[in-house]
Amino acid sequence: MDAFIEVDRVEKVFEVRRRTGFMKRVKRQVRAVDSLSFTVARGEMVGYIGPNGAGKSTTVKMLTGILMPSAGRLRVAGIDPSRDRTRLAHRIGVVFGQRTTLWWDLPLIDSYRLAHRMYRIPDARYRENLERCVELLELGALLDVPVRQLSLGQRMRGDIAAALLHDPEVLYLDEPTIGLDVVSKAKVRGFLKELNAGSGTTVLLTTHDLQDIEQLCSRVMVIDHGRLMYDGALAGLHEAGEGERTLVVDLERELPPIEAPSCRVVRVAGPRQWLAFPAGRSAAPLVAHIAAEYPLVDLSVREPDIEAVIAKMYAEKAVS
Amino acid sequence: MGEYRPLTEGLRAYRLIAGMWVRSTLTYRASFAMTAFGGLVVTGLDFVTIVLMFSRVDVLGGYSLPEVAFLYGLSATSFGLADLAIGSADRLGRRVRDGTLDILLVRPAPVLAQVAADRFALRRIGRVAQGSLVLGYALIASDIAWTPVKALMVPGMLVCGGAIFSAVFVAGAAFQFVAQDASEVQHAFTYGGQTLLQYPPTVFGKELVRGVTFMFPLAFVNWVPAAYVLGRPYPLGGLPRWAAFAPPLVAVGCCAAAALAWRAGLRSYRSTGS
Repeated sequence: MDAFIEVDRVEKVFEVRRRTGFMKRVKRQVRAVDSLSFTVARGEMVGYIGPNGAGKSTTVKMLTGILMPSAGRLRVAGIDPSRDRTRLAHRIGVVFGQRTTLWWDLPLIDSYRLAHRMYRIPDARYRENLERCVELLELGALLDVPVRQLSLGQRMRGDIAAALLHDPEVLYLDEPTIGLDVVSKAKVRGFLKELNAGSGTTVLLTTHDLQDIEQLCSRVMVIDHGRLMYDGALAGLHEAGEGERTLVVDLERELPPIEAPSCRVVRVAGPRQWLAFPAGRSAAPLVAHIAAEYPLVDLSVREPDIEAVIAKMYAEKAVS
Repeated sequence: MGEYRPLTEGLRAYRLIAGMWVRSTLTYRASFAMTAFGGLVVTGLDFVTIVLMFSRVDVLGGYSLPEVAFLYGLSATSFGLADLAIGSADRLGRRVRDGTLDILLVRPAPVLAQVAADRFALRRIGRVAQGSLVLGYALIASDIAWTPVKALMVPGMLVCGGAIFSAVFVAGAAFQFVAQDASEVQHAFTYGGQTLLQYPPTVFGKELVRGVTFMFPLAFVNWVPAAYVLGRPYPLGGLPRWAAFAPPLVAVGCCAAAALAWRAGLRSYRSTGS
């Protein structure tokens, strides 16, 4: 498989000037991205996660040509983004979760018409893509509504459609589900899945929402302090971070702490018990064991908090 | 796709985006009508103050009312053209601050064209209209000894003046990459410069005139060439006779300098970011 996105020892250093008194400033260098290397193959769907200020947005900005790297080599579809920004723009789609690219006071369709002309999309192609987006993202009733009247979820769907009309080979999504309700999230995720499977569009999404990753991405990259901490499957991440999942068990009555292999009870409150077990493991044998030995009423599995996993991972790295 | 041509691409993007903004403005028709009307009243009153001044005096710095109107018309019209075309560039600082410049950077069009067309405001045509009216009055009322060269110089001055003011707008926008709240400083040079040029150079101190001629060459918008057309001495004694025909050169120089400043600004944004 060919590497579609190549990032080779890329660095980004910001110079921050801080005022320390009248006319006095101290210059300080902040390394937002530190010797970052990875490749993404065509058609992959990658989740890019990390705490705030870890360097996620900086990476995406370098990949889209908004920022120029301080050092290292960067290629997207063989193009150097900051050098050939406009040429690259035809081949990428970008959705900024927090800022809309749509025209606030105009009907949604007008934003699409602008894209049609600005990107010089052939008429037939435009109609086809618009039709598909309208159908899958359920935008039909919204096309003639001014963007300012759309809800956050509707606007996000509108933004995603706007980023896809010119058939980009790669789609960058920055927090695509932030602030959306459950139904809107599900719609957005369903669409992205379909897009990746159907058109083979490469997708790179930054998110705080673990479920986005879980439902969409076969691969996760974790970045912290500008360094790549982990690159691989999601399950592996839990192992690497020694994350634990929690099984919440409701029994018929109050009982002493459950005894089961490879798990420990972390909390007991009346008939409810909380059991922690390694995140890399399936919950099925454990559930089967408890169901066989105890009077089980109900249960649920809680995923480990991604931030906690990363924090733990980082703490370990610092020690070793 | 062919080779990429920034100028034609830029103009095309400009037209598309300006069109979107015009339609956005027209969704609030009443508001548009009111601001347009208000703008016309304010710009209209601007020249009235000069007329009122002449009810007390016969000449201002040696210039009669039609002659001052000539300066005023040239300055207001060329500034109006520049303001209409790329006056919105002074909003760049805000876009840098709130991060929405990134949206422009991922579009396949030159950023300068997009920034210039940002919030394109049709009501700014009011300034051009008012300036042209005053200029028209000046051409009728003043007794200029017309020659073909002088007649050609009038539209020439408008074009060159517009280009010089545009260069000031672009340079100011470029500066906002570094200092995001510098739009007021920029206004001092654009709006301030325009007001300065509406009065005869003879009412100002020599140092100011010298600065506006050599350092910040606004004098070539109207003072120097208009002095030639009106058959008056140049604002500065030492200027050669051909200085009246220098505006195209000055305009090209200003635009080149502004383009360099813009490139440097954009580059610094791409290396600093937010």
